Amino acid sequence: MNEGQVRIGVIGMTLEEVKEILNAQVIFAPQDLKMEVKMACGCDLMSDVLAFTKEDSLLLTGLTNLQVVRTAEMANIKALVFVRGKEPDRETIALAMEKKFPVMLTDLPMYEACGRLYQHGLPGCSEAEEGSSLADGR
Amino acid sequence: MGAEPCFQEAFSISGGDFTNAGEVSSRVKKILQELGVDNKIIRRVTIATYEAEMNVVWYARKGTLTLSVTPDLLRISVQDEGEGIADIELAMREGYSTASPEIREMGFGAGMGLPNIKKNSDEFHVSSVVGQGTNLDIVIRRQ
Repeated sequence: MNEGQVRIGVIGMTLEEVKEILNAQVIFAPQDLKMEVKMACGCDLMSDVLAFTKEDSLLLTGLTNLQVVRTAEMANIKALVFVRGKEPDRETIALAMEKKFPVMLTDLPMYEACGRLYQHGLPGCSEAEEGSSLADGR
Repeated sequence: MGAEPCFQEAFSISGGDFTNAGEVSSRVKKILQELGVDNKIIRRVTIATYEAEMNVVWYARKGTLTLSVTPDLLRISVQDEGEGIADIELAMREGYSTASPEIREMGFGAGMGLPNIKKNSDEFHVSSVVGQGTNLDIVIRRQ
């Protein structure tokens, strides 16, 4: 893909691709990074995550407390990316591990992290179809 | 409610316990998964339950959340002893909030709690007495 070319509507993106695009560090991965996300949401307001995301989304957030993982659990979010290089609290990582959520950390600010993923074809929650809601045992 | 519940369990919620906030909703999710409830329905229940649980943690001394499951519907009732809600109509409005800075730091307090519960419910009733507490009754049909 050429620089600046926008490619929207790709079905899913693997966490491996997310990691490369965001130049992210993997803090925790319960399995390999072949797992796919269908869409993404960038948000620091957890109530908005609960209100506006769909299943199988990737959540990018600058918030680092326990409630991020709780919210992800309730909203069937698939994986978490912490932006702006803000490392999550130890309790947050422990809960993410217990709930088996992949967690990544990128130094990019929110706007740029979201922009890069969007440019590479990962749609937002208002554009993408709801996930297949396969039971993940969480 | 028509049929007798085939499953019922009550959970205690402690006001001010931010570390365990969400634990009850997590248990509700697990139970519904074990009961074989459809995943889309589970998501609606857990979002409503979680918002309700967080409200008890923030605004009440303690509360009880009761989950009842029948073949047709899921009912979540939440009763708390706490501040209560002075103006329910106002509290139901998206964006209206009385949240403290601490609540906002946790990513909540944007005035979406009760509207979010309503959005995920088929039936939703709130009653409250200021200075005593709040009762929520949430019904979500399984079909």
